[in-house]
Amino acid sequence: MIREGIFRNPSGCAVSGVIDRSGKRMSGECMIRSIATMHDRSNGLGGGFAGYGIYPHYKDFYAFHLFFDSKMAKGAAEAFLGRHFEIAYSSEIQTHKLPSVTDEPMIWRYFCAPLPRKLADSHLDEREYVVRCVNRINVQIDGAYVFSSGKNMGIFKGVGFPEDIGRFYGLDEYEGYAWTCHGRYPTNTPGWWGGAHPFGLLDFSVVHNGEISSYDANRRYIEMFGYKCTLQTDTEVITYIVDYLVRKCGLTLKEVSHVIAASFWSTIADKPEEDREQETLLRRMFPSLLVTGPFSIILGYTGGLMALNDRLKLRSMVCAEKGDLAFIASEECAIRAIEPSPDTVYAPAGGEAVIYELYDRGGRA
Amino acid sequence: MELFVHGDYEVVRNPDLCIACRVCERQCANEVHWYDETAGKMKAYSDKCVNCHRCVCLCPTHALKIVKTDDTYKINANWNNATINEVYKQANSGGVLLSSMGNPKPYPVFWDKMLVNASQVTNPPIDPLREPMETKVWLGKRTVKIERDEKGRLKNTLAPQLELSVPVMFSAMSYGSISYNAHESLARAAEELGIYYNTGEGGLHKDFYKYGKNTIVQVASGRFGGFKGYLETAAAIEIKMGQGAKPGIGGHLPGAKINEDVSQTRMIPRGVDAISPAPHHDIYSIEDLRQLVYSLKEATEYKKPVIVKIAAVHNAAAIASGIARSGADIIAIDGFRGGTGAAPTRIRDNVGIPIELALASVDARLREEGIRDDVSIVVGGSIRSSADVVKAIALGADACYIGTAALLALGCPLCRSCHEGKCNWGIATQRPDLVKRLNPDIGYKRLVNLVTAWNHEIQEMMGGMGINSVEALRGNRLMLRGIGLTDTELSVLGIRYAGQSL
Ligand code: SF4
Ligand code: SF4
Repeated sequence: MIREGIFRNPSGCAVSGVIDRSGKRMSGECMIRSIATMHDRSNGLGGGFAGYGIYPHYKDFYAFHLFFDSKMAKGAAEAFLGRHFEIAYSSEIQTHKLPSVTDEPMIWRYFCAPLPRKLADSHLDEREYVVRCVNRINVQIDGAYVFSSGKNMGIFKGVGFPEDIGRFYGLDEYEGYAWTCHGRYPTNTPGWWGGAHPFGLLDFSVVHNGEISSYDANRRYIEMFGYKCTLQTDTEVITYIVDYLVRKCGLTLKEVSHVIAASFWSTIADKPEEDREQETLLRRMFPSLLVTGPFSIILGYTGGLMALNDRLKLRSMVCAEKGDLAFIASEECAIRAIEPSPDTVYAPAGGEAVIYELYDRGGRA
Repeated sequence: MELFVHGDYEVVRNPDLCIACRVCERQCANEVHWYDETAGKMKAYSDKCVNCHRCVCLCPTHALKIVKTDDTYKINANWNNATINEVYKQANSGGVLLSSMGNPKPYPVFWDKMLVNASQVTNPPIDPLREPMETKVWLGKRTVKIERDEKGRLKNTLAPQLELSVPVMFSAMSYGSISYNAHESLARAAEELGIYYNTGEGGLHKDFYKYGKNTIVQVASGRFGGFKGYLETAAAIEIKMGQGAKPGIGGHLPGAKINEDVSQTRMIPRGVDAISPAPHHDIYSIEDLRQLVYSLKEATEYKKPVIVKIAAVHNAAAIASGIARSGADIIAIDGFRGGTGAAPTRIRDNVGIPIELALASVDARLREEGIRDDVSIVVGGSIRSSADVVKAIALGADACYIGTAALLALGCPLCRSCHEGKCNWGIATQRPDLVKRLNPDIGYKRLVNLVTAWNHEIQEMMGGMGINSVEALRGNRLMLRGIGLTDTELSVLGIRYAGQSL
């Protein structure tokens, strides 16, 4: 099988997300219903979910989700994990056989903490250590793939329609304060589970609908900083850009939006002086991370969700609120499917970041 | 014994149309045309003709055309006419053959072997007539430390950069090699377009200091015309290490072109050949370059970007990597088809490499080493159209230098005789009667037209690719495909073959 990453695979898609800003947890059932409404935006070749706050009992451990093609791959990956991490708990991830979901790999979960001595010897910051270990498994161990690596969050994905993937993983049995999901419409048939979305790196998860035209400019730039775009998807490169700007450069998410979906120079010129100065500076500092072409993304992270459209808004995206709940989706129907009477419904402008965060992180209703 | 060498071109005059007005005679600085009183008709010494087309253009009855001569030696694929003639000329004179403008030999032009992508269905093309389409670029270092003020706002930690409204600049052409009016046209066009022109190594005429904010001043091995005021007036300073038309040797301005004004601007004596040393005698290695970069920065209080210009040679990638670490803000690379006012023919035609290959390998190397943000890359030699600009940027350039194309806009028909100082178009000459043929009011407008037209075309092509900012095109090699290229050429260019999908 030609694995994703050997070729570049653009795709159309559907995305949806929800967060309860009070921190109250809800089951993944709502997301399954939401994405099912947009069935026609997927073609059965990929679906997936990210849930935040789902592992409260192991919240201080990195939750690794892995696909294995073979027992041998599993053995090699576990040996590697054992050399680099203390594993608090590991088990096969519970799944429910469905006729529409086939060819699944072995799917396992490990709650890990870096071995203190190894971490100290590496002279790396803890998160960088984890990122490098994940990359090594994905690049070096044939048949093993880490597809989720954040704390107190998890990604669940596979080949199939998203609602079937949700039921396959039994997401109605998980509870989180935020969820995102993705239905994929690839223009190539990958048939590889690792290629489904969300794409994750530590606690960042990205679901994306679109096909960016700046891909190779972004890829060749971000690869200078130690990232390797092995999957060759837009989602992967966007995730790396966000990780680089937030984790390595220390930008805020608003600032990130001014880099990747920067306003046009002519728009910036009309802004109040302080904004003008800051946005000009960001464009001059990171011009190669401007993302052009259609995209609508939902970025999930510990404590919040961010919705962002490309600068021309070439993909649909709607936001809505109801009490503590906030929703983001490709189509309004996906929101109304789970909340028929939202307080507000709103279509953000191109390049306008909409950020919904837990109240205790400063989020506002 | 001096062997007669037949000219390459012949003047053909239609006797039915010629009215013997003698315009051609007055227009030709090469003294080709003359009036035969006894015969009562115009005649021509074709072997003096350089095929500059001045007479053809100005003849009121269109009686003239210039044709390639059909005089020939015995046909020989190895010893062709031009080769034989060159041997004769050298046996006659004992001198090095001189020529000018870019390498005319039929080497492959890789621009013409690359094709650009466009969007269909899965993502939309963007219409530049209806949507913003950004071609503004900033040149310089982009390495930044993120620092914030008390209020948490980002501080401007960027090094000085150049702002260009279009990713095109006029490349270095010195006052001396080209005329006052040509320089004025370039300077005014740069100002109106929001781009930059480059003084070349001949200093800056005092009248043009007022265009300083659109001027790049050059510091070359001859150090002609350089002093504090020269550096201070400019927007950026370019150290010329090499030139694509003549890698490995210095500039050459024939004494015939050094009149009073040129001599004052260059600070050299009148009428004597001005030959720059091949190396900078204070730069024998990369550490020395670093010292010159920082001397210039010290002299201008770190307010101006410093450009280092090199000729595209075999080891360009490693050299560029050294330059990127030398403190320079911008690297300019000049390909082997770049123009010149005068160069030894053998060097022009045989030394250096195509800019396409040099650019691709430099950009890839700087990225591999993680230092692409330390410098911007500007390429020239030769960029002939907006399509070349688009392809150069997709390969990894930040902007392009144009020289020959700019002179064409001023009327130059590429006769390649600049070194003789008798340019009939008033461009590459200092003879006042010739210089005044180039009207800067018209010349600058034609340059503005050219770059404006290219900008529209760049926008059209970007829009087709679904890209609405030139920043997203830079280094976007997936937008290019090769045609008629070998595997090695594809791998040096870092692109795939036409028909190979994503
Ligand atoms: S310019 Fe034309 S018409 Fe006049 S003399 Fe020359 S060839 Fe004859
Ligand atoms: S600048 Fe003048 S001399 Fe040089 S090629 Fe052009 S027309 Fe000929």
